[in-house]
Amino acid sequence: MHIERAFKILPVYTADVSGVCSALFELGGMVVMHDPSGCNSTYNTHDETRWYDTDSMIFISGLTENDAIMGNDDRLIKNVIDAAERLCPRFICLCGSPIPYINGTDFKAIAGIIESRTGIPSFHVDTNGTHDYVQGAGAALARIAERFVKAPDALGGASCRKDRRTLNIIGATPLDFGFENTIESLRKRTEQFGWEINSIWAMNDSLDNIIDSASADVNLVISSLGLQAAEVLEARFKMPYVAGAPIGGFAEKVYDALAQAAADRKSRIICNQPMAEGPAEVAVIREPVVGGSIARSIELKYGTRVKLINPIEKTESIMAEGDVYARGENETENALKGIRTVVADPLYRFVCPKEIQFRELPQEAFSGRSFWREMPDLFS
Amino acid sequence: MDAEDRFSFVVIDEDDMISGRLEDITIDGVTEVLEKLDKLPPIVLMFTVCVHHFVGCDLDYIYRKLEERFPAVRFARCFMDCILQKKGLTPEQKLRKAMYDPVDRKPVKQGLVSLVGSDMPLDDTADLLRLATMTGGELKEIAGIKSLDEYMEIGASRTIITDYPAGVYGAEKLAERLGAGYLYLPMSFDFEEIADMWRAYLETAGAGKELKETAEEEINREIRECRDSISDLAVTLGDTPVTIDYTFHPRPLGLARILLDNGMNVETVYLDVINAEEKKDFEYLQNNYPELTLAATNKVECRVMQRNRPDILAIGQKAAWFAGTKHFVNIVQGGGLWGFDGIRKTCGLIKDAYENEKDTKELIIRKGWGCSSCI
Repeated sequence: MHIERAFKILPVYTADVSGVCSALFELGGMVVMHDPSGCNSTYNTHDETRWYDTDSMIFISGLTENDAIMGNDDRLIKNVIDAAERLCPRFICLCGSPIPYINGTDFKAIAGIIESRTGIPSFHVDTNGTHDYVQGAGAALARIAERFVKAPDALGGASCRKDRRTLNIIGATPLDFGFENTIESLRKRTEQFGWEINSIWAMNDSLDNIIDSASADVNLVISSLGLQAAEVLEARFKMPYVAGAPIGGFAEKVYDALAQAAADRKSRIICNQPMAEGPAEVAVIREPVVGGSIARSIELKYGTRVKLINPIEKTESIMAEGDVYARGENETENALKGIRTVVADPLYRFVCPKEIQFRELPQEAFSGRSFWREMPDLFS
Repeated sequence: MDAEDRFSFVVIDEDDMISGRLEDITIDGVTEVLEKLDKLPPIVLMFTVCVHHFVGCDLDYIYRKLEERFPAVRFARCFMDCILQKKGLTPEQKLRKAMYDPVDRKPVKQGLVSLVGSDMPLDDTADLLRLATMTGGELKEIAGIKSLDEYMEIGASRTIITDYPAGVYGAEKLAERLGAGYLYLPMSFDFEEIADMWRAYLETAGAGKELKETAEEEINREIRECRDSISDLAVTLGDTPVTIDYTFHPRPLGLARILLDNGMNVETVYLDVINAEEKKDFEYLQNNYPELTLAATNKVECRVMQRNRPDILAIGQKAAWFAGTKHFVNIVQGGGLWGFDGIRKTCGLIKDAYENEKDTKELIIRKGWGCSSCI
């Protein structure tokens, strides 16, 4: 029996549940992981760097065996309502873990009950701990796009802002952008290219600014986890998006694409448009928007094709031709065949042949805080 | 430990949870991990999780099959089944037992006493080490062991000791299996309790009358020195508000009591349960210091409370974070401070925290950095 479930040395990526918490951390809502509280404490100890300085209402329900077996959702509902009445969150988000998945907890109904009793917008993000952070964070931001972003008309007329080029940046979490000042560097870079930032989903910004997102001209998706929300905004408000992170020399291409998208109102995924041809001897291991953008920036600088090794499920559609989806050690080892230089989180060194030149690029969603001090500013 | 290279996973997906095949998936996954290794490890700590428990996995079958496939490997039955947290043994208790299970019984080595249960090695001057020297025995600390061979020598222990509540279950079972004597000698702030533990140790070590008399004199001297340290600390602290949390020590109420009884200004003790061992201290504090606040750390308000009390001297990491203070004692699980010496060292650390600032953020969020240590 072949199973790519055995990870001898590599860790798995941050799970979907932590992705939800990370994406919503700064928005003033309450996020409740319905879980016994054990495995998901890793969110706090490894996946989240902001907790020390920043207040946030991220909680675990403390699910017990009896409640799980007896289907006692009342305790969850009561505790959430009780906490909400004391803390007054802007919204309530419920997300599940393996046990609620097994017993089929009806989170949609529970969220409905909580909302009807508290009057606080409540929703559920479908997680069960077996998917990666992009799925969880992506769905969480999509719920924000569906429920909170107001139409420009409701904001008192966005047309008065047409003298400026404005954008929303979607997909910012420490899981992809762990360096403390990364988002501020991105803000500066974006402004240098003549764009005004309307909102950043969801770091260093507020839910109020995000609610106002539809007044911007275009959305910039800087990580795969921003794609779902961008698609929701496109469907709701005909807002075009560009998927690509303005990293290194690729930044110019990204901002050019934004200008084009703002003009023709068409979305573009540019992180998967190679800037060089030929066989790839360099590989980047990363989720496809950041990883693809790094690959393009290397291609522009050195004129050599770079292959993306994409470890994130359900993102194959934004890979370039020749890129590889690889989950687990065997698949990653196979994907590295013929590669001479690899850019990846330091933990991938364990599955790289010794002769490969290794360029360390720590990612919090993979190695947690182990290499936090070496975390790069991708937008400096 | 910096032992990331000895940490493997078997990843399960949605179908695995409901397919009824979790036993085979676990067996095959562990098999594949082991087959990938350059060399088979002598012991594998295998953690099953909530899902295994919840779907009624046949754990005996899993371990039996793995033992058949890898007869040279010992599989320790470890658990991360927090769904059972509200009743019975905790994962911490079961983990400790699982870690001691591979220790085989060996011919008894006279004078060998093994200390298990705590993650922290004893402080160099801890009473227990001095007692071992005094009685001519060898005290082997599980937290300080460097090799498997040394670890397995625990099987020759004449006596098993634990000083940490979560270690009691595993230590008792280990002693029972080895046919060894057993002592629970907890870290304490109570002079009489410590004195009784000295006596129990000496008795178990077979100390003669002369040694016991010498020890009694020593106990009296130790108590006098402890009183001096506490008095000195009280003068230093004055009215400084003090908060304590349960991560600092398994006996936070005992510490609060001794500080309050000596005139120090303990405002709050953060703890989520009252340790049964501290019932007397709890009742004493309730009767004598009704103004003392006992605060749960798991209340939702704790996540958003004002952390603006830099004037507080905090004992423990959680207490320091809640206060937002730079004056704190950075120790967890008692820090290996045991007995009279432990009390004096604790006083010294509190005094140092009063006099010197620490980089609280740098120290508290260290867990997960390089996987070395949480302190």
